Amino acid sequence: MSDALHDPHRIVITGVGLTAPNGNNLSDFRESLLAGRSGVVDYETRYMGKVLAGVCDFDEFLYQKKKDRRRGTRAGSISIYCANEAVKDSGLDWDNVHRDRVGVYLGITEHGNVETENEIYEISQFDYDTTCWSHHHNPRTVANNAAGEVTLNLQITGPHLTLGAACAAGNAGFIQAVQMLRLNEVDIAIAGGVSESIHTFGIFASFASQGALAQHDDPTKACRPFDKDRCGIVVAEGGGICTLERLPDAIARGAKIYGEIIGYAMNSDASDFVLPNATRQAECIHLALSRADAQPQDIDIVSSHATATEQGDIEESRALRSVFEECPDVAINNTKSFIGHAMGAAGALELLGNVPAFDDGIAHATINLDQPDPCCALPQVVANKPRSLERAECILNNSFGMLGINSVLIVRKFPAEHGGLYN
Amino acid sequence: MAPPDIRQVVLDILERIAPDEDLSDLDDGVAFRDQMELDSMDFLDIVMELRKQYRVQIPEDEYENLITMDSTVDYLTPKLADVPAGV
Repeated sequence: MSDALHDPHRIVITGVGLTAPNGNNLSDFRESLLAGRSGVVDYETRYMGKVLAGVCDFDEFLYQKKKDRRRGTRAGSISIYCANEAVKDSGLDWDNVHRDRVGVYLGITEHGNVETENEIYEISQFDYDTTCWSHHHNPRTVANNAAGEVTLNLQITGPHLTLGAACAAGNAGFIQAVQMLRLNEVDIAIAGGVSESIHTFGIFASFASQGALAQHDDPTKACRPFDKDRCGIVVAEGGGICTLERLPDAIARGAKIYGEIIGYAMNSDASDFVLPNATRQAECIHLALSRADAQPQDIDIVSSHATATEQGDIEESRALRSVFEECPDVAINNTKSFIGHAMGAAGALELLGNVPAFDDGIAHATINLDQPDPCCALPQVVANKPRSLERAECILNNSFGMLGINSVLIVRKFPAEHGGLYN
Repeated sequence: MAPPDIRQVVLDILERIAPDEDLSDLDDGVAFRDQMELDSMDFLDIVMELRKQYRVQIPEDEYENLITMDSTVDYLTPKLADVPAGV
């Protein structure tokens, strides 16, 4: 084996578990993305009535007892499903894995709103008698809840963190895992991002008050990033979780390798609570490219963050133009147009839905892009129909969030002769 | 509410708290914890459900009355005497 294959700082993806509004595993999700199948539906939420949302339909009790589900949270339930799917997919001999050397790192946009709203509603039915407030509220709302529920379920005794990183959280979970593996803090990382956000009316109401909540007669056409007729954000739930390992460990056990995380970056706008900043986004992309020892021309697919808000789409377009102006062959796509904004899970799902491009050489589309907004002019955007690529070996994944948090991840195809899943 | 009705109320609560358990052969004379997976948080769920459904306030120093089905029904009978069954 060459020295490069012995490098413990090289981190690879060896297992994938996910639930998205249009698929409960990677192959179904990918199929939906290539077929243009939306996961956005009409959805009833407390106080507001009908809204639009991306709703998942995975089996909550496949890996979790009913009692544990009752005690825990939807975020925990999504995490448990995805983590178990990832571990199963990884081929790890889980019974013989040293659980104290496994870390769980999950990104999340917000947590605790669902349970707090539920409890306030509950005590409102009892004249606000606070003795009716559930003793389960604190373990459900502590910020580490989602990752903590995974450790309980999978009997993991290594470290766990749920990282609050707004809508940059999915990438942040992966990045934390890469760092912990490189520091040799753990041998296996279970990492990604999750969202339970459709179960809090507050997130819908706040976006509505901001004038940023999508409304459309046809739910499947509601999320329209880069389109002149965009109408705002569709909130979604979901989860995308991977097993990550150091390359030599993965090769030694003969793991199948989905791809290698070759670069990442996070930075802060330091400019506004909600408005994005193209300059900082571009700096974040450049930093990730630099760490990957890559040029913009090396990127084949850019998985954009655009949420279908005017400022967000325009700023990201500016950032992408500044970095990829000389890259006519790069394919820029957007997963939110299919499933809405899966918040903490967005970064993870948007990356994972693109990873099979290493195999089929296809960039999935950005749907609902009927009238491109001239302010978002990006000739490389894959509009409405998938695009076959000359080369599909490197994906750059953007995820940005409120308070000006930016994250970028770069994943490269791994050679099949050394364990890469895709030829 | 008569003791058989109260027993059914408690059984319904237990089924919600421990949905994975088969309670069909619950022994009313044996401690719940000796025949079910119940911890202190589950036990507090019983207290909470009785509070919410029937406004029964159970002081902490009286929790010991909720050890078995028999002792629970005995303890609740006077407290729920004026509550009609099926409420």
